[in-house]
Amino acid sequence: MKVALVGNPNSGKTSIFNHLTGLNQRVGNYPGITVDKKTGVFRYHDNPPITLIDLPGIYSLYPKSRDEEVVLQVLSSKEGEDYPDMVIVVVDASNLERNMLLFTQVYDLGLPTILVLNMVDVARKNGITINHEKIRELFHGTPVFQVIARTGEGMEAVKEEIVKPRAAKVVIPFLEGEFIDCQPATDETEVQKNYVEERYRKIRQYLGFAVKKETIPSSMAEKHRKADKILTHPVFGYLFFVAILFMIFQAIYAWAEWPMDLIDTIFLSLSQLAKESLPDGVFTRLLAEGIIPGLGGVLIFIPQIALLFTFIFILEETGYMSRVVFIMDRLMRPFGLNGKSVVPLISGVACAIPAVMATRTIDNWKERLITIMVTPLMSCSARLPVYTLLIALVIPDEYVGPFNLKGLALMGLYLIGLFASLLAALVFKWIVKSKQKSFLVMELPLYKMPRWNSLVITIWEKIRLFVFEAGKIIMAISIILWVLASYGPGDRMNTAVAKLDKPQTQEGYEAYEKQVASVRLANSYIGIIGKSIEPAIAPLGYNWQIGIALVTSFAAREVFVGSMATIYSVGEDFEENATLMVRMRNEKHPGTGLPVYTLATGISLMLFYAFAMQCMSTLAIVLRETKSWKWPAIQLLYMTTLAYLFAWLAFTLLK
Amino acid sequence: MTLDKLQLNFMATVKSISINSLSPKLLDMGLFPGKEIRVVFKAPFGDPIAVDVEGYILSLRKDEASLVEVA
Repeated sequence: MKVALVGNPNSGKTSIFNHLTGLNQRVGNYPGITVDKKTGVFRYHDNPPITLIDLPGIYSLYPKSRDEEVVLQVLSSKEGEDYPDMVIVVVDASNLERNMLLFTQVYDLGLPTILVLNMVDVARKNGITINHEKIRELFHGTPVFQVIARTGEGMEAVKEEIVKPRAAKVVIPFLEGEFIDCQPATDETEVQKNYVEERYRKIRQYLGFAVKKETIPSSMAEKHRKADKILTHPVFGYLFFVAILFMIFQAIYAWAEWPMDLIDTIFLSLSQLAKESLPDGVFTRLLAEGIIPGLGGVLIFIPQIALLFTFIFILEETGYMSRVVFIMDRLMRPFGLNGKSVVPLISGVACAIPAVMATRTIDNWKERLITIMVTPLMSCSARLPVYTLLIALVIPDEYVGPFNLKGLALMGLYLIGLFASLLAALVFKWIVKSKQKSFLVMELPLYKMPRWNSLVITIWEKIRLFVFEAGKIIMAISIILWVLASYGPGDRMNTAVAKLDKPQTQEGYEAYEKQVASVRLANSYIGIIGKSIEPAIAPLGYNWQIGIALVTSFAAREVFVGSMATIYSVGEDFEENATLMVRMRNEKHPGTGLPVYTLATGISLMLFYAFAMQCMSTLAIVLRETKSWKWPAIQLLYMTTLAYLFAWLAFTLLK
Repeated sequence: MTLDKLQLNFMATVKSISINSLSPKLLDMGLFPGKEIRVVFKAPFGDPIAVDVEGYILSLRKDEASLVEVA
């Protein structure tokens, strides 16, 4: 048996879904659309398990957005695999009139329907008393329940009703003629409008019988309005938002670092362990150098994803998020974005992956797509090691007035990221076509305490999505990159290694090992690719060593530092011992004898990393969120092109 | 008068919604003839506006509010 949950956004539908299914949930796809299908299993005593489908939150059945299309499609295709045997409509009891619109529409489709009035505690506080028996009577015996999903109050009766056997019966429609054979009878806006207005009139009349409303002097509402006035104030509103952002980023940098280091250490030791305990061979190397580090490379993102979504969860649950959207909308609109693009964009400063995942709240597809396309231009934390190394290398430690040049350079790179993403958004606004008009008719919910019990499910959902769906592609690419970096054509690697002088002393052995690694990389397939792109990157001021680092750091930007260290056969830790820096500083062009890492090359490289899409994990999540290869491909292409152009320009001008 | 011109804190009643591709959206969100509404606060730059619709707050851009005829 299948049961579908339908309701307005913010009606507490998902709380009820979580309550009925617990962690027993999975996410699938509706064929051909980007909307996720959430299903779960509901078990009640000895009854056979029931599949629950949590349909997207919508306000009416008329298909105006993808979410509404999905709901109408599921509820109207009798042969479809998701066609439910019963529908539970969840409504917000404190806002009954509007919520009942969707209920009456679903009711008219003729499926067995249960009406669940949620948040009756809030309704009571507002002086609303509902006679649910009366509603049951008015809707010809439709089961009606009053619940508080937050505490679980009243849910037992709902559970009993779900498993109760029921006989098919003929439904007398609430409004005759609007839905014929489960489809809207008309797609003309004006006729639809008349139907909806007629429905509202009738709902008002019905609720007049079933709902008693006392006007209670509401000091509560006054308090909320006062908070609103401050939080949307032209000065304090923005200041408060900046302060919140500052706290969030402080927390992410402070708290994400140690679990990330821990994951790093664990996978390094696992890899070491595999090498030591398994017989040497292709399989062991694949496991120790390809699969285990690849898996670590996926899991390393979990702390940032979990933290960022915890903060987004708090912002959303408290109701503050919609105020942010409210004050930012006007500023974002000229760029083809909307107020809801702000949080994803800003999250991009930490990491583009959760940022792209956070675009789901944007209901307009065009605005969501633009946000996804430009977010990776924001300067993420993985660019920081690259910038730090290059700034230390080429930017002089001098002051302009009170400002340190190195600090200015870093700030400049962050600003470039911000402006580049806004300008790119402007361009995409002209390119991306959409029939759907942009709108911001949304509810500003009351401020409230977060429901912590759904935090775990929310975070788990995000992690699961990233690890199990984007993770597959990331693993595949890391293994390919590993093969390319560990093997070369024929005997090339071994021949090159054999040419090195064998070490005589113990100290010499360490240096020898680093040289071996360097020579192996230079003669691997990646090394060959890096060398073969040298003519293409020479105009940017790069040599083949940089070419190799560019190719390897396609996996993730920070890999650049490690690759440079391997290529120059020095230790990676450039902050503690400056060997990598010294080595790079002494690097000369073989022909001319001039230094390679000049200001021009350094700036050119920084700009390259500011613009280039050097992150396969972001591409994998963009693929997952847009469900099409087209968009990540366009993203890779346009960002690489920008990177090349700006790097070339910088090198040409500064040379 | 249309809703975008309504002064802060003045009560008004929705008279009609103009036909536009956005009008179904406004109806879905509970703006229909007969509803009593009041602009409670505005975003910086005066756009969007926040409207109290018999107990809940809706945010609307000015061009969306201009579709709502009030009196």
